[in-house]
Amino acid sequence: MTAARRATDTFVIAGAILVAWQVLHQIAGTTALPAPLPTLSYLLQLVPSARFAENAAATLEAFGLALLLACLIGLAVGVWMGAHRLSGAVGEPILVALYSLPKITLYPVVLLIFGLGLSGKVVFGAMHGILPIALLTMGAIRAIPSVYLRSARALHLSPWQTIATVLLPAALPEVFTGLRIGFTVTLLGVLLGEMFASKLGLGSMIMTDMSLAQSEDMITVALILFVFAAFANALLLWVEHKLQRRA
Amino acid sequence: MTRIGLIRLAVIAALIGGFELACRAGLVNHRIVIPPSEMAGALAALLASGAINSDIERTLGVVAVVIALSVTFGFAAGIAIHALPRLREALEPLFATYYAVPIFIFYPVLIAIFGLSPIPIVLIGVATAIVAMIIATINGLDRIPRVLSKVARVHRLGRIATAVRLQLPAAAPYLFTGVKLSVSYGFIAVIAAEFILSPAGLGRDISDAYTDFNNRRMYALILFLLIIATVVNTALHALDTRWSERRTGGRP
Repeated sequence: MTAARRATDTFVIAGAILVAWQVLHQIAGTTALPAPLPTLSYLLQLVPSARFAENAAATLEAFGLALLLACLIGLAVGVWMGAHRLSGAVGEPILVALYSLPKITLYPVVLLIFGLGLSGKVVFGAMHGILPIALLTMGAIRAIPSVYLRSARALHLSPWQTIATVLLPAALPEVFTGLRIGFTVTLLGVLLGEMFASKLGLGSMIMTDMSLAQSEDMITVALILFVFAAFANALLLWVEHKLQRRA
Repeated sequence: MTRIGLIRLAVIAALIGGFELACRAGLVNHRIVIPPSEMAGALAALLASGAINSDIERTLGVVAVVIALSVTFGFAAGIAIHALPRLREALEPLFATYYAVPIFIFYPVLIAIFGLSPIPIVLIGVATAIVAMIIATINGLDRIPRVLSKVARVHRLGRIATAVRLQLPAAAPYLFTGVKLSVSYGFIAVIAAEFILSPAGLGRDISDAYTDFNNRRMYALILFLLIIATVVNTALHALDTRWSERRTGGRP
């Protein structure tokens, strides 16, 4: 398929979405769903505003910390369960079961323990990210050919050296897939947390807009988050493909 | 049960037992977390009282509607998209990013359009679940062995007979993976939507109990939802494993 045809198709799809949006706007009315064009002009007004900057900074801070926490814990659990066979065999079904739970039900418990501020959001976001990162890291480490480990032993590498110089480089492409999925679900976790209970952040901004019937503001914030996540994912996918080709 | 299964059971029992002991010994503030045995007791009392029956019915009903819609329309859309290669190529990037964007942030937008009713909950549930079914259907149709179309021609099977007797069974394991994901995603989205904002339902119940500082009720409800989710997911996972075993003839 030529690049030109692909570009045309993408344009047609984007156009179809815009038309559907316009039609829905005609049915629902301006107060419920503003039309695409006014929303776009509102976007240019909203992004430079101090209110947006403050909330976006709050979300980014919580998301950054949550992702860091999820990566550290997820990688540690994944490496441990991948390298130690018995722990992996015992723990994998437990992790899978936890992964498919509706974690939002646990948010009140997180709030009771960590409070309503930044730390509650961070812990809740990290809870989402840890599991996919741990599961994919475990799978990656298990898939490493045993000859690598034998050569590590032949070279008398310490466990830490084995992890840093043999296990992680060999597992990197798949581990990166885990980090990409972790990125996505951690962002969702932080936003869910903000939507349920928070004074600051883009998630709470959407909820406030809804109760004040400020549809324009609400849909603009939702779109910004949508585009941010889509671009971040495309970038991470690109890195992932590079890593896979190198491997 | 295998040795590993026994160890797993022991680990889970030790975790719950340790948690119970920590609560009883006063290491955990009783006003924040109650011991697991009290959670179970509170849940038993709550179920026996019948106070949450209408919310259970409502939530599970909405989840059932979401799953039925997602599986039916996802299957149909998957067949249609598979039959139109150009459309499929155009939609491929959309499918690849779909689960990478937080679709759920559009839930308040849906409330603004449709009002506070079960409709936005059903819509956000379907939006979350249906794409997994579409992707699984396309995937399943791709994996139907080419030889089956020759078999159909040799036996002079009609279009419908080919579809029902050859193609559907060949694609079934992949379709089931789609159903499994739809159930899991649908359930999560409905609970989350009820939790954030909803006129009723189990998610709303937990959120209310949290706001009222009614910890016994809150933990009982959380326990109930986690048990249901675990039972459903485990059952689907077991079915899925059995099917993929049959597909590969018992080989892993």
